[in-house]
Amino acid sequence: MQYMILFTEPQTHFDMRNNPAEAPGYWGAWNAYIGAMAQAGVILNGDGLHGPHTAVTVRVRDGLRQVQDGPYADTKEQLGGYFVIEVADLDAALEWAARSPSAAYGSVEVRPVLPPMSGGAA
Amino acid sequence: MTQDARGAVEAAARISYGRLLAYLSVRSRDLSASEDALSEAFAAALRVWPVAGVPDRPEAWLLTTARRVLSHGERHHRIRQGAAPMIELAYEEAHARAAPDFPDERLKLLFVCAHPDIEPAARTPLMLQTVLGLDAGRIAGAFLTSPAAMGQRLVRAKARIRDKGLIFEVLGPEAMADRLADVLSAIYAAYGTGWDAIAGAEDGVRGLAEEGVFLARLTAALLPNEPEANGLFALILYCEARRPARRDSNGAFIPLGRQNPKLWVRDLIIEAEGLLTRASRSGVFGRFQTEAAIQSVHVQRGVTGVTLTAALIQLYDLLASRHPGLGALVSRAAVYADGGKPASGLTFLDDLPPERVATYQPYWVARAHVLRLLGLAVDAKAALDIAIGLTEDPALQAFLAKGQGKTD
Repeated sequence: MQYMILFTEPQTHFDMRNNPAEAPGYWGAWNAYIGAMAQAGVILNGDGLHGPHTAVTVRVRDGLRQVQDGPYADTKEQLGGYFVIEVADLDAALEWAARSPSAAYGSVEVRPVLPPMSGGAA
Repeated sequence: MTQDARGAVEAAARISYGRLLAYLSVRSRDLSASEDALSEAFAAALRVWPVAGVPDRPEAWLLTTARRVLSHGERHHRIRQGAAPMIELAYEEAHARAAPDFPDERLKLLFVCAHPDIEPAARTPLMLQTVLGLDAGRIAGAFLTSPAAMGQRLVRAKARIRDKGLIFEVLGPEAMADRLADVLSAIYAAYGTGWDAIAGAEDGVRGLAEEGVFLARLTAALLPNEPEANGLFALILYCEARRPARRDSNGAFIPLGRQNPKLWVRDLIIEAEGLLTRASRSGVFGRFQTEAAIQSVHVQRGVTGVTLTAALIQLYDLLASRHPGLGALVSRAAVYADGGKPASGLTFLDDLPPERVATYQPYWVARAHVLRLLGLAVDAKAALDIAIGLTEDPALQAFLAKGQGKTD
């Protein structure tokens, strides 16, 4: 089964990325986590993302394009990265979610991936 | 008055839930219906007791009410089937009302929860829900499963007990031994030893330690002559005794070898030693007795100031030959390394099937430790990184990240 695990982080932790005193610990934890996933052979793909201040959100309403700086929703925690993993079941996906650094200070959402639509046009 | 009545209902729920449910379900053989009837009885108590006063024997009141609810449901069922009224049940109900106490049937409940027809993953949750009244959400959190999935698992298990007519009984000696092992494993799973993961113990469920202690105490009390029931309870008490020494005042993790024995709870150790001594009189190997004996060796450090590695090696060898669980095999490797045989330790680790250890955190901690003792610093660091990546507890992560991931 394929699951996407989405990591959300509070601004305090996005800030750590560029703080010389805190960056090594922050990235060290992520590297260890990603290394463990790679070693277990569960990663299909995934990436870390630049912080929410770099986001641009687009909507088209009544034929008008609306573009705004910032993420789609103004929440305390914002998307910081994601992985798509291949594991036996939801429980195994939750195990990986719980081990991620952001589980301890942000939150991790786990979603089953829809299988590809068959036959092209749906 | 109202407050008193509410308090009385809550107290009855806390103290007697498992006994009441066991008594009801052993007779109705329907766990779900008994649970529903019992919760209706508690709801009735919340309505009636504040007005009419708390009855002299609250449990008997709850039991009678729940049985009436149950028999009502049953009567509907029987009328549909065209059967005779339930004279037997009415008789029993009168008897229960007259009896000063009702029998403790929780052992039968524990045994049915660990029935071979119940999927292993449902056994511990079923015990926690039926004997202790825990809700599915709380159980799901501890087991890291979605609450909806846990709820379904519990419903399925209860339906199976009813539909397959699984019998609530205490078994004969032979069947008893097998089933007891399953009962005890399920209780051990509830207790979990997540906090001891660094020593290579089975990494388990967090957050239900108290419930595990309760179930182990209950089982040992109900089966005082079963060595393994005493062995498990002893094992859990040893672990509990060390709980205050596991973290420093800042919440940082302290491994067993560096814990201050003065912080270990003496009374619990004494109780555990007594249980283990009694259990060992049987002279028969038991997994939990052996694991308790390992803990006993560790706590001797509080008296002698040293850890007897040779004794640990002997006990782990025994476990490896008689009950080779992954946790025991990993710990054995670390203990060999500590006893001056890191090459043997590495061989033991290399012999474990890769697919079983890939995500088993204690394995990677032990591997890093053994590799470091062999002077293979680069490989040790790589193993330690994987261990950190597999660690959920931030305090333990921080401890490992400091490069102090020794298994002592």
